[in-house]
Amino acid sequence: MISVENTLRSNKASGKGSLVGYFPAGYPTTQDSIEALVAMAENGCDVLEIGVPYSDPVMDGPVIQKATEQALENGFRLSNLFEVIAGVRRRVSTPLLVMSYWNPVIRYGTEKFATDLAAAGAQGMITPDLIPDEAGNWLEISDRLGLDRVFLVAPSSSNERVSANSEKSKGFVYAVSTMGITGERTELDRLAREVVGRIRESSDTPTCVGVGVSNGQQVAEVNSYADGAIVGTALIRAYQEGGHEALVAKTRELAGRLG
Amino acid sequence: MSNQLRSQVGPYFGEFGGRFVPEPLIAALDQLDQVYQEAKADPSFQQQLDELHKNYTGRPSIITEAERFAREIGDIRIFLKREDLNHTGSHKINNVMGQALLAKRMGKKRVIAETGAGQHGVASATAAAYFGLDCVVYMGEVDTERQALNVARMKLLGAEVIPVKTGSRTLKDAINEALRDWVANVETTHYLLGTVAGPHPFPTMVRDFHSVIGNEAREQMLEITGSLPDAVAACVGGGSNAIGIFHAFLDDPSVELYGFEAAGAGIETPMHAATLSKGVPGVLHGARSYMLQDEDGQTMESHSISAGLDYPGVGPEHSWLKDLGRANYVGVSDAQAMEAMRLLSRTEGIIPAIETAHALGGLPLILDRLPKGASVLVNLSGRGDKDMETAGRYFGLLG
Repeated sequence: MISVENTLRSNKASGKGSLVGYFPAGYPTTQDSIEALVAMAENGCDVLEIGVPYSDPVMDGPVIQKATEQALENGFRLSNLFEVIAGVRRRVSTPLLVMSYWNPVIRYGTEKFATDLAAAGAQGMITPDLIPDEAGNWLEISDRLGLDRVFLVAPSSSNERVSANSEKSKGFVYAVSTMGITGERTELDRLAREVVGRIRESSDTPTCVGVGVSNGQQVAEVNSYADGAIVGTALIRAYQEGGHEALVAKTRELAGRLG
Repeated sequence: MSNQLRSQVGPYFGEFGGRFVPEPLIAALDQLDQVYQEAKADPSFQQQLDELHKNYTGRPSIITEAERFAREIGDIRIFLKREDLNHTGSHKINNVMGQALLAKRMGKKRVIAETGAGQHGVASATAAAYFGLDCVVYMGEVDTERQALNVARMKLLGAEVIPVKTGSRTLKDAINEALRDWVANVETTHYLLGTVAGPHPFPTMVRDFHSVIGNEAREQMLEITGSLPDAVAACVGGGSNAIGIFHAFLDDPSVELYGFEAAGAGIETPMHAATLSKGVPGVLHGARSYMLQDEDGQTMESHSISAGLDYPGVGPEHSWLKDLGRANYVGVSDAQAMEAMRLLSRTEGIIPAIETAHALGGLPLILDRLPKGASVLVNLSGRGDKDMETAGRYFGLLG
């Protein structure tokens, strides 16, 4: 299995760039989410992020909130997460990361969660509400099991924090650009470029950017200065509006301008 | 006398507390922590706050002995710390005046707040009006309906009230929405968090701003009765009024501390908000603390007739005090609280908030743990005017 880091590196080296696609497990059902993630992999996503539906998703906007709420209403349980990982892994070799808020992980047991996600075929975890300072035994467990752990870096992060969070990240560093006025592309772009530049100064770990990227043009732009573009909301919106077919078309459009 | 328990300043209270929030907020929390530390060390800040409390809040709040009420409860003396007489009608003003001063110090012109019962929202809107700040209040849609009068008060004070329609549409979801707003607008905005929960430094800072309650009350009790009370009681939702009155007594081992949580339909049912009695530790809204959650770590919905206690989390310092055995936390049902609301109204001419009524309704439950003739200090954290619609329906008073 090729790792997340090597995938991003070789796509960067070849000049293609990478598309990281997010979709929640169990949305709208366990089986539908497997089909969606497989289709995303087959149509241009280089890395998959499997979201864990959670009752209090403070980092997510309304589109993702609505999707994960629906997954929970439809009866999503953590056991379904591992079914989704295994179901996707059986059909594609694309690297998989789980994106989870921290409480479901510690409630399940960090060690058990990590072991089960590795056994199901995922490469590691993105933790949006966990800073390395609070990560406790997750650092040791992920090292021991050889799992990726992706921490966030923000435009507001001090240089010390940029350096520490990048150093603690494995797989890639997640550069978020949600500061300032959301929606103004030029401003978001400037902030994203600035934060990626600061990450590069302190670390050679690949850096992916989530900035509300919603079309192929923007995916290509982000890849001109980072190692990958992360897309979630635009994929889910397409799925909500036009189902599986629209998701396939949107994935192709997002990946279409990569080299 | 040692100040071992009183001297805890976070970020951790034992294994509780911390900062479990997205990285984009860390810089703002660091800034707040630093500005707060500077302000704390600056005598002019405390002086400014003291003057505001004297000339605007109406501090010190008085203590009223509730003799007729106490006779109905048993062989005890009950002393009410009258936070209901503060400007805006509850203890919440203590914290917002402090935080609004800090927002000014940080040069932030916009404040956001969450509110459950509306008391913190009203207090925040009040402070924003007083200091000339823009104010947005997030309030669960369910709460905007059961606290419609407080919504009108906030609007009259110039705040924008945004009904939150996600999740359970109550206080927990209002906090999520406020956190999202803060992530997006952190450079211009201060999040005026209304309780002793949330990421560091909020639990410590909000406690400090409310500790004036216990500091005053401790001196007043010594003056009135010549000794410390045998017990101190308060209601606990997020836990701000409780920690405010407990804090001065933490290192007085003779003083028993009782926190009364909302037991809703009963703690043996799923319809309650008794986080400390029935919850397990987890991470919610930026801190590790007791919380109501299912086996998958999903936050469970809480239930209480009182919007202000209808919260599935609690401040980390309370979790610590519970595990240390320093404070006792006991559930009080909707029915027990409402009966206490009626009893205090009829015996003392004081209509308490339904939140506060839980602290009064809990007294019969702990009577056998108190010495005969015990003196009990109760934080009368808020007045009941805002609850007249709920109370009117509950007691069938609305024609």
